[in-house]
Amino acid sequence: MSPWLLGPVQASVALLLAPGLVGAVRWMKARLQNRRGSPPWQPYLELRKLFAKEVVVSNNASWLFRAAPFIVFGSTVAVTLLVPLLAVPLPFDGAGDLVVVVYLLLLGTFFLALAGLDPGSSFGGMGASREMTVAALAEPTMALAIFALAWGAGSTNLGQIAFRTLATPSEALAPGHLLAFAAIFVVTLAETGRLPVDNPATHLELTMIHEAMVLEYSGRYLALLEWAAALKLLIFFTLLGNLFVPWGVAVTLTPGALLWAVFTLALKLGALGGAVALVETHIAKLRLFRVPELLSASFILALLAVTASFLL
Amino acid sequence: MRALFLLLVAGYASGAAAALVLGTGALARWASALGAIAGASAGLALAAGACVWGAAFSLDAPDLLGVVGGMAFRLDALGAVFLALTSLVAAPSALYGAGYSRAWDGRPALRQVGFMLNAFLLTMSLVPLADGTLTFLLLWEGMSLSSYFLVMTDADKPEVVSAGQWYLAMTQMGFACLLGAFLLLQSGGPGSFADLRAAADALAPGTRDMVFALALIGFGSKAGLIPLHVWLPRAHPAAPSHVSALMSGAMIKMGIYGLLRVGLDLLGGGPAWWGGLVLALGAVSALLGVLYALMEHDLKSLLAYHSVENIGLITIGMGAGLLFASLEMPAAAALALVAALYHTVNHAVFKGLLFLGAGAVLHATGTRDMNRMGGLIRGMPWTAALFLVGSVAISGLPPLNGFVSEWLLFQSLLPGIGAPSPLVAVLMVLALGMLALTAGLCAACFVKAFGITFLAIPRSPEAEHAHEAAWSMRAGMVVLAGACVVLSVGAFKIVPRLTEVVAPLVGLPVPAPSFSVGWALQTPGGFARMSPTLVAAGLGLVVLAAWLAVKTFASRRPLRVGETWGCGRVVQTPRMEYTATAFAEPLRRIFAAFYRPSEDVSIDFHPDSRYFVQSISYHSAIVPWFERYLYAPVIARVRRWSERVLALQSGSAHAYLTYLVAALVLLLGWLVVTGQR
Repeated sequence: MSPWLLGPVQASVALLLAPGLVGAVRWMKARLQNRRGSPPWQPYLELRKLFAKEVVVSNNASWLFRAAPFIVFGSTVAVTLLVPLLAVPLPFDGAGDLVVVVYLLLLGTFFLALAGLDPGSSFGGMGASREMTVAALAEPTMALAIFALAWGAGSTNLGQIAFRTLATPSEALAPGHLLAFAAIFVVTLAETGRLPVDNPATHLELTMIHEAMVLEYSGRYLALLEWAAALKLLIFFTLLGNLFVPWGVAVTLTPGALLWAVFTLALKLGALGGAVALVETHIAKLRLFRVPELLSASFILALLAVTASFLL
Repeated sequence: MRALFLLLVAGYASGAAAALVLGTGALARWASALGAIAGASAGLALAAGACVWGAAFSLDAPDLLGVVGGMAFRLDALGAVFLALTSLVAAPSALYGAGYSRAWDGRPALRQVGFMLNAFLLTMSLVPLADGTLTFLLLWEGMSLSSYFLVMTDADKPEVVSAGQWYLAMTQMGFACLLGAFLLLQSGGPGSFADLRAAADALAPGTRDMVFALALIGFGSKAGLIPLHVWLPRAHPAAPSHVSALMSGAMIKMGIYGLLRVGLDLLGGGPAWWGGLVLALGAVSALLGVLYALMEHDLKSLLAYHSVENIGLITIGMGAGLLFASLEMPAAAALALVAALYHTVNHAVFKGLLFLGAGAVLHATGTRDMNRMGGLIRGMPWTAALFLVGSVAISGLPPLNGFVSEWLLFQSLLPGIGAPSPLVAVLMVLALGMLALTAGLCAACFVKAFGITFLAIPRSPEAEHAHEAAWSMRAGMVVLAGACVVLSVGAFKIVPRLTEVVAPLVGLPVPAPSFSVGWALQTPGGFARMSPTLVAAGLGLVVLAAWLAVKTFASRRPLRVGETWGCGRVVQTPRMEYTATAFAEPLRRIFAAFYRPSEDVSIDFHPDSRYFVQSISYHSAIVPWFERYLYAPVIARVRRWSERVLALQSGSAHAYLTYLVAALVLLLGWLVVTGQR
């Protein structure tokens, strides 16, 4: 297969898997809580329904409200071209590194928050304000975790980081690596709106961040935003799965290797989804003003990761 | 080249003259703006000539002010970068000013603005060309004074006068430090920069440290480094908006230029603590600048604090560059300085754009208070879209230029951990964390600045009836927004040029290793690679594809417009919206230990029952502690001394004549005693 086809293939695989991932997490969570839960493929049905429905837009909203879903969705899909989802010699590896991934996701957050403010409801403002607060506080952790990974691998390019761990498997259990993994896991919970930072299952104003921002959206716009949120979860899981435990990722572009890569990716996503479901079953949501404590703890973890990768 | 130089001077001079003689109407406005645009275009061409084609330019005018040794000009690559950025902001700002100054039609203030703006632009454009102590200091002072008069345009308002006093005090304090630095550096010889450069190596280390410290204070106060930033949030809102754009976009960068010129070029670098100190100051300025910006709801003060933040980011790069240069890591030093210079140019462009946008808003609504704005995107679609471009750029988000320089800055700190000293490594890691936090908070702050100002329901009648800005104002903003895009997608062409600029400063061989490969930027040793061009193209394509796919496959039922959901309430009023203050409330609580906000709640209960509240009044304020703990004692002391000196001022002419005689006698006596005559 031509390496240039890999990008679109990766994006399509990510787009196809993402709703299933969200459904699987929901399903596992339900099972852990002794509920039957909706089937894992429920999000696909929801997306189909939303794309077919009529759109209602607030009379206060401007063109930005209608443009934002495309920017949020587009920036998230663009990230899937850069992360090592299936194979490591990525054709676009020289186009963007881990820092670009973080900033592209921040671009989506930026426009989502603006869209939250646009209809003029107090919910949207509340969601936007909280989302930007959490996003800003998560940045330093992410930066230092990238630093720790990059220092070990000698590059911030995602392919290089994965390659390095493949070449020296003992690296995967190095303390710096493990600490960076823990730090990024906490950031994942915060950035993708999971417990204990945000509760994806409720529409209660005291708890919501993401849901508050998208409250005014409906129809195809809501579908795009939901899909983008699912993709974001998949991207963070992929970073956790394929940067820290890169085995299974194709190093040659043969159909067999790629199929194996899809299979291992699904396994890793399932495992990480299980972990998140477990976390969400065991802990309650934190008060908003306790979230900074969680994020500073993750910052300390990242700082330790840098120190460890420097010293050890 | 000489012709271009003369055209630059002639353009600004004719603009200044036109403002004086052509009355106070549209003719004067346009003539002085056109003069400035001609001068700025010549400046841009001159800089391009020096930077791209390597054409040398120098001009000695020993007869000009011959009493003190004459003036000398020379344009090198470093100066060209700063001349280019000044001219780049000057032309659109002057164009914008032609429409914006209409407010002063028929008043003498129009003459003052037109004349001083051209004088300001002329002196500021020539500062990076100065090739001698005297030329440099004269132009520097000319730039400071003309900008002071511009700040004082609306001198009938008390807050403008107070802002002007702060500005004048800080800038003259800075000038005194610069005078000291150059006197020490000069130590007797003539003042051409080539002589200073040659003599600097022979200076004692203590003297070199002293020169650097004085230069840091002098240039730092111009740049707005914390704790010398106090004049920015006062002077920027007080000045006319195109002047704010120029002061924030170009003038404060001259502080950066001065530090690079003195620290790296004339002194040729120094011990590691210079770089460490500059890096630490930069990191603190960046973080505190953005934290203060978050609490502002005056749109122009908010932008002024963001200037402090961005100067901090630039200074981080500069400090890292100095530090790496002293640690014999020239490639890393070059990368850090390229990042700093790139961010300097980028900040000039997007901050100029944002100040012009804020000016258009101020023009349309008559207020700078964001809590009285909202919904402006409908009345002023152009301004809104252009302000959005500036907001995305300053937040360091792809695909615009702020992202490119922040990426470079981020990458330039990464080699720090490999530095031989653990202290340096720790400093770099902490600076990196602060850089990331600053970037995140900056994005939050611009969601606030754009969202509260332009989106949702208007919060006041003025905002509801806002009108779009005049075409000349819009055209000025469009030029700067275009520059934001060009500086991003053209990064692979610009970075190699900047590398050539900094290579001689850090002792890299020329031709220097370029940090760019094909369409991409690449850091030393192939550590990281990124192509802003491809990121922008990819992002554009994906968004376009998503739009087409949705248009083709999703439901085509027409859009229905309804009310915003209000929990069952029928009417939605602007009072239900989030305000700028509310938006920043979570961050104010989180950083309460830093802000120390004072809060005062008083509730009036119904006399019969405490379950019924009649009124609640809530007051909260944040007083930046620099002003309370650092400046208030100084101001109090100066005031006490001034009161003592006041005793001398009796108002009687006899007393003053006595002072004159006494001073003369003392002077003669001193000359006799010291035996000079």
